[in-house]
Amino acid sequence: MKSRMTITVLLGLALTAGALAQNVATTRDAALDVEPNPPKISRVENDDVKRKRAYPMQPPTVPHKIDNYQIDTNANKCMSCHSRRRTEESQAPMVSVTHYMDREGNFLADISARRYFCNQCHVVQIDVDPLLDNEFEDIDDLLRAARK
Amino acid sequence: MIETIKRYWRAISTPSKYYSLGFLTLGGFIMGVIFWGGFNTAMEFTNTETFCTGCHEMRENVYEELQSTIHFTNRSGVRAKCSDCHVPHDWTNKIARKMQASKEVWGKIFGTINTREKFVAKRRELAEREWNRLKANDSLECRNCHDFEYMDFTWQSQRAATQHSTALANGEKTCIDCHKGIAHHLPDMSGVEGWD
Repeated sequence: MKSRMTITVLLGLALTAGALAQNVATTRDAALDVEPNPPKISRVENDDVKRKRAYPMQPPTVPHKIDNYQIDTNANKCMSCHSRRRTEESQAPMVSVTHYMDREGNFLADISARRYFCNQCHVVQIDVDPLLDNEFEDIDDLLRAARK
Repeated sequence: MIETIKRYWRAISTPSKYYSLGFLTLGGFIMGVIFWGGFNTAMEFTNTETFCTGCHEMRENVYEELQSTIHFTNRSGVRAKCSDCHVPHDWTNKIARKMQASKEVWGKIFGTINTREKFVAKRRELAEREWNRLKANDSLECRNCHDFEYMDFTWQSQRAATQHSTALANGEKTCIDCHKGIAHHLPDMSGVEGWD
């Protein structure tokens, strides 16, 4: 009897914890009327080492600082290294060919307007503990597990 | 009345007749110091940020843009003011630049860039003038602080070290070739080498 009650309590706790983990309302660690201490601002990775992509279509992350890079109607600082014309001199990876396509799939001479704002998809990385656990699994891991 | 003027004129045209050599020498020396000091002080005043941002054209356009850049606010608190980059430090070049800049007085009087629209429309021309100036003097104003001799490549990121130890070191490129738009927003860059 006693052990059954313990199991029920434990199960209940586990369920509550599970429910909490799935429905996160906030990552704020303080009551609403309390001003929490902000976390330290972390340094942006600047080592030019490529990270693995989590899935094939993932936009590659930016392995360097991009502070004050101007991206507007006048200038695109990213493209001064990553455009087709510039990569020979800069030795930076060229933006993929999809960036030179319009929505009908026609190839353009210059970067497509719909792919112009680089940091809508490509972002810098910082080395911090994520506020939430990421349960993403690599497709290769899933396949390997399925094969077993 | 006429007599008085004549008397003064005689004293001015042949002062040595009326004043002692000692007085004239000493007087000349003192006046020289005052004039020279005054001239330089006035010129130095035109190099201050207060003077530069005294006009809304500078205060609301370029000075506003400067404030978010590393040349205005940064970890060590060392900053560049307008004249550090836009006026040569040594005297002869400074005078030459100041004479060129007298055109800006004209621009101010006739309101060449007195609205945001006029400024934006003229930005490419203004920027090009500065790029050309820095290209011609091998980025002298950059190098007044960023001295190549004392650059430690090991403290730079790999990309920076590669560029600085090759293209910059052999004189093929100068600072402004790559570092455009670091203190102010860029104009339309179409057709600019390295951007298009």
